[in-house]
Amino acid sequence: MTTIALHRRRILFSRLMLTLTGIAAFVVVVPLLLIFYYLVTAGAQALNLDFFTQLPAPAGEAGGGMANALLGTFLLVFYAGLMGIPIAVGAGVYLAEAGNTKLGTFVRFIADVMNGTPSIVTGIFVWAWVVLMMGRFSLLAGSVALAVMLLPMVTRTTEEMVRLVPRELKEGGMALGFTRWRTTLGVVLPAARSGILTGILVALARIAGETAPLLFTAFGNPFWEWRLNEPISALPLLIYQYAISPYDDWHRQAWAAALVLIGLVLAISLVARFLIRNPYR
Amino acid sequence: MTRPSPRKPPPEAHEIRPAVEAKDFSFWYGKNQALKRVSLQMPDRQVTALIGPSGCGKSTFLRSINRMNDLIPGIQHEGDITLDGDSVYRADQDVVALRKRVGMVFQKSNPFPKSIYENVAYGARVNRITSSRSELDELVERSLRQAALWDEVRDRLHSSALGLSGGQQQRLCIARALAVSPRVLLMDEPASALDPIATQKIEELVYELKEDYTIVIVTHNMQQAARVSDRTAFFFMGELIEVGRTEEIFTNPKVEQTEAYITGRFG
Ligand SMILES: Nc1ncnc2c1ncn2[C@@H]1O[C@H](COP(=O)(O)OP(=O)(O)OP(=O)(O)O)[C@@H](O)[C@H]1O
Ligand SMILES: [Mg+2]
Repeated sequence: MTTIALHRRRILFSRLMLTLTGIAAFVVVVPLLLIFYYLVTAGAQALNLDFFTQLPAPAGEAGGGMANALLGTFLLVFYAGLMGIPIAVGAGVYLAEAGNTKLGTFVRFIADVMNGTPSIVTGIFVWAWVVLMMGRFSLLAGSVALAVMLLPMVTRTTEEMVRLVPRELKEGGMALGFTRWRTTLGVVLPAARSGILTGILVALARIAGETAPLLFTAFGNPFWEWRLNEPISALPLLIYQYAISPYDDWHRQAWAAALVLIGLVLAISLVARFLIRNPYR
Repeated sequence: MTRPSPRKPPPEAHEIRPAVEAKDFSFWYGKNQALKRVSLQMPDRQVTALIGPSGCGKSTFLRSINRMNDLIPGIQHEGDITLDGDSVYRADQDVVALRKRVGMVFQKSNPFPKSIYENVAYGARVNRITSSRSELDELVERSLRQAALWDEVRDRLHSSALGLSGGQQQRLCIARALAVSPRVLLMDEPASALDPIATQKIEELVYELKEDYTIVIVTHNMQQAARVSDRTAFFFMGELIEVGRTEEIFTNPKVEQTEAYITGRFG
C-alpha cells in the first residue's frame, strides 16, 4: 500500500471513531433530555403556588400541594448530612492519611460494599435497628437511612480528594514544624476543600432523591411535621404514592414533584461544578 | 593604606564552629543505600552548596538534616547529624521542635492554598511565636522584606498566594520559612524552575540571608554554586567525594571526579 493510501485510511478511521464516540456521547444525554421534556410537559401545569404552600388534598380530591413533603425532604437531607458528613469526612481523611493499616483496608472494603448495597436493603436495615427499637416510623429513622447511604460516598470521595493533595504541600507544613494532625487540618484539608465539598453536594443530591430507604423509615405523613420522632413526608415518597394512585390530578402532581426534585438535583450539581472551577475559594 | 580585598576568602571550616555536622552518616531506603558514611561540617552563617549528578543523594542528605525522610516507610540510618552539637537522631529528639529550628525550601514552590498574608502568618501562629495582630503584621512584613517580596505584594496581602508567579511563590515560601525564625535554612534546588531574573533574586537573597542563617543549598547549576556559596561539597553515588572552599573546589579540585563533574565531562 502506498503511503498516501495509508494516510487516507488513517484519516478515515479517525473520522469514523470520532463519529461513533460522538454518537455514544449524544446517547448519554438523550435520557436526561427526554426526562426533562416529559416532566415539563406533564408536570409544569401542576406547578403553581399551591404546590409549594399547601398540604396534599385528601385522596381523590383535586388541588392541594406538597409543601410538607418539600419541608420533609429538606429536613431528612439536613439531618442525614449533619450525622453523616462529619463521620464520613473524618473516615475519608483517615483512609487517605493512614489507610494502609489493616483497619484502613477493612474500612475501604466495607465502604465499597456499602456503596453497592441496594438502597432498599439499607431501608430494611434501618427499619430493623431504629424503627423497631423506637417503636415508630420517624424523621430520625429516615435521616439515619439516608446518612447510611451518604457515608460510603462521602468517605471515598474525601479519601480521593485528600490523596490528590500534592505531597510537597504536606511536606511544606511538616517542614514548618507542624504536627501531623495540624498539617492535615490546616494544610491538607483546605487544599482538598473544594473537592470534598463537591463530593458532599453530589452525595446530598443523590440521597435527596432516594425513595426506597424512606419507605419503612420516614414512612410518609399527610400533615405538617418537623419533630424527629414522628413520621414525615418526603418528595420521593409522595411521587411514589401519587404515581401508583388511580387519580389523574395526583399523576400530574407526581410529575410536578419529579420536576421539582430533578430541578433540585440539577441546582446542586451546578453549584458543585462551580466549586470545581474555583479550587481555591 | 591598603584597601580590603573585595571578597576575602571565607575561613576554613574548622575555624568556624559548625552549625550542622554529619558524622559518618549513612542512609538506606529499604535495601538501597543512598548515603555512604558522609562526614560534613556546615559552618555557622555560611552557605554550603551540595553539588553532584542526579541521584547521588543530595536531597536525601538535605532531608536527613530536618528528618523529613521520617515519613517514608522502610528507611534506616547509621551515624549521626548534629545541630549545634545536639544530635538530630537521638532517641528522644522532638522532631516537630527540630523542624522549627531547621527551615526548608523545596524545589517546587509549595505555598499553602491561603492568602499571601496567611502563608507567612500561619506558621508563626501555629508555632505560637506570636498571636497579637500587630506583632503578626510586623512579622509578616519583616519576613516578606527579608525575602525581597514585600514591595511586590504589599497591596495584595490578602489575595490568594496561588495567584503569584513561580518566582514570587518561591520567595513567599522562603518568607514563610523565615517567619518561624529557624536556625538553619535548607534549600533543595530552589531556583531550578525559575527564569534567570527570578533566579538572580533568589541568589541575592541567599547571599543576604547568610548574615543571619546557616544555609545549605542543593543546586545543579555550577555557576550558581560558585556565586552563592562559601563552601561546596561534591557528592557522587551516595558518597561525599570532596568538600572545601568554593573557590578552591572550582579552581583547583583535588579529586579527578570533582573536576570532571565541574567541567561538565559527566553528570
Ligand atoms: N522516597 C524514596 N524511596 C526510595 N528511594 C529513594 C527515594 N528518594 C530517593 N531515593 C533514591 O535515593 C537515591 C538518592 O536520591 P536523591 O533524591 O537524594 O538524589 P539527588 O542527588 O537529590 O538527585 P537529583 O539531583 O535528581 O534531585 C536515588 O538512587 C534515589 O532513587
Ligand atoms: Mg534532589
